[in-house]
Amino acid sequence: MRAAWLICVKDLRARLRDRSALLIGIVVPLGLAFIFNSIFSGISGASDVISLGVVNADHGVASQQFTSHVLPAVDRSGLITIHTEPSLARARALAANGTLAAVIVIPAGFSARVQANQPASMQVIGNVDAPVSTQIARSIAESYAADLNRVRLSVATAAGSTPLSPAQTQALAAQAAATSAPVTVTDVSAQTKELNQKSFFAAGMAVFFLFFTVQFGVTSLLEERNDGTLARLLAAPISRASILGAKLLTSFLLGVISMAVLVAATTVLFGAAWGNPVGVTVLIVTAIMAATGIMALIATLARNAEQAANWQSVVAVILGLIGGTFFPVSQAPGVLSSLTFVAPQAWFLRGLGDLRGGGVSVVWVPALAMLAFAAVTGGLALFRLRRLAEV
Amino acid sequence: MDGAKVGERMLECRGLRRSFGKIVAVDGVGFHINPGETYGLLGPNGAGKTTTISMIAGLLERDAGEVVVAGEPMTTHSVRAKGALGYVPQDLAIYPDLSGRENLMFFARLYGMSTAEARHRSDEVLALTGLADRAGDQTKQYSGGMKRRLNIGIGLLHRPRLLILDEPTVGVDPQSRNAILESVEGLSGAGMAVLYTTHYMEEAERLCDRIGIIDHGKLIAEGTRGELVSMVGEGDQVRLSATGNLTGAAAKLSARSWVRQAKALDGGIDLVVENARSELPAILTDAAVDGVAIRSVEVTEPDLEAVFLHLTGRALRD
Repeated sequence: MRAAWLICVKDLRARLRDRSALLIGIVVPLGLAFIFNSIFSGISGASDVISLGVVNADHGVASQQFTSHVLPAVDRSGLITIHTEPSLARARALAANGTLAAVIVIPAGFSARVQANQPASMQVIGNVDAPVSTQIARSIAESYAADLNRVRLSVATAAGSTPLSPAQTQALAAQAAATSAPVTVTDVSAQTKELNQKSFFAAGMAVFFLFFTVQFGVTSLLEERNDGTLARLLAAPISRASILGAKLLTSFLLGVISMAVLVAATTVLFGAAWGNPVGVTVLIVTAIMAATGIMALIATLARNAEQAANWQSVVAVILGLIGGTFFPVSQAPGVLSSLTFVAPQAWFLRGLGDLRGGGVSVVWVPALAMLAFAAVTGGLALFRLRRLAEV
Repeated sequence: MDGAKVGERMLECRGLRRSFGKIVAVDGVGFHINPGETYGLLGPNGAGKTTTISMIAGLLERDAGEVVVAGEPMTTHSVRAKGALGYVPQDLAIYPDLSGRENLMFFARLYGMSTAEARHRSDEVLALTGLADRAGDQTKQYSGGMKRRLNIGIGLLHRPRLLILDEPTVGVDPQSRNAILESVEGLSGAGMAVLYTTHYMEEAERLCDRIGIIDHGKLIAEGTRGELVSMVGEGDQVRLSATGNLTGAAAKLSARSWVRQAKALDGGIDLVVENARSELPAILTDAAVDGVAIRSVEVTEPDLEAVFLHLTGRALRD
């Protein structure tokens, strides 16, 4: 164990000194997480709180019910803030410059048309770079309209062909409002089981580059063989197991250092919310083990360090893409969604997502899945690594 | 350095054999080295020298044979036997991103020294190899000669009882080469057993108490330089550039028991004698008696190159 630790410390010192591990393990993922977060925060509109505007040009019974009951309920969910704007022109300007992600416009005469049993419509003005937020605003409006129509239909059926009285319209709108609010809030609350954007890109980039970071440890065995220093280690009074163990330990510790720094940095700099520390630690440790096992196995299949690095990079990129580190693929249709489970990255991200929606116990399934990756690939790698530990 | 037990051989290897596929790289090699002795393994490139010492150093599994280092059996898993052995590989085996001192400290600790002991011993080796003033520099900034010296210094760190040097002067400039040879001479003088492989005949002749000649994986001859040369069966050649009664002088020299051949040529006499160094005064005296005026004398002794040529039918560097 002493010899393994000495070799590991030597490797860590050399890696930190040549700065490549520092770049791959910390600087690049942090930079990319920042860039992706900056780019996609405008496009997706899926930041922590969505700002929606509402312009009520009607001030009738139906629109008052919408602004007084439906929208406040949405606002109370904490995920969307509603801003009442006095004019359409101002609201349109705020949506254009991105201050508001979208605006729901209730035109004048809306309530009268509802009351007269005539077609009525609301408008949604969206920021071009916030399509998701625009869709959310549209869904809220459509949901209220659908409920309004459903209730109006039932009232109209009861009243025959007689136009609705003001009392009936008010009752209808109140009924629609009472129906809409829970539906809208339920839809939005589904997001609590997914990582928010900042956390997603922080975790995605961290686990994507983790697979590159752990390469340095195992591949150094091939480098030592190529450089002749492996012969010197083999001639020393230490066991071969300590040499192999040192390389795996180096990979593991590089992964730990990289992930620890990234978790801390993205939390402080970006406000990423990783979740319960115990659960996050379990997920990180098992992800590092899985990454080390897979990268070690690939290294044993290569003839030299250069070939190993190339193969490892290809596998890391493919698994990263399948695992949804750049964009979520867990809800993709068909084969793609099933395919994600062959990537430890997917289990890692899924574990973090589940952790946001539940207690620590939810991480055991993803953690066990990653441990299985580690056991199978690591076991095969250890078997084959003995071949590498020869001059 | 730990003292060897009385009568203990520092290295004993018998019947070493190793194949790579259908190629037999080493076939039945066996020899021994005593404490304080420098043993040279001389042979052309590809003769099996590195494979032999890889098995001796416990780097390579052997197909057959036995290796004992300082009384301990050596295998690829032998920790105790490896502790008695210092290994200097042919290629530079140092870490370029670490300084010279860090390289030494790392290997010293790997050989079981405490931090303080490792620091002390590293300083000694840095001084011995002339690298003390560059100890803190990363070795990738070292010259080729400096790297070579550090490479050897690492092998000496733990004061091994047996030091294996695998062609340590390959690719080294003449100045560094001479420094390395002087270092090796000093080691055997200090009681360390040294196994030195080379394909440079002059290095083997200068350094080694005994020499094993290896070719095609087999040890084809072994002994002191004198013993090996005597195997050739040739005498020393002496050429006298002279004027006068050359025929008479040649006839007179032929009568000497230690002269195998004496032939008068145009401008001199060619002789083949058993030991030119000791008989040279008598040769000059005999020639002078017949009034021969000698202008110059050239003595050529048979060397290991001639031995190798005699044993294999080809030159050492073919």
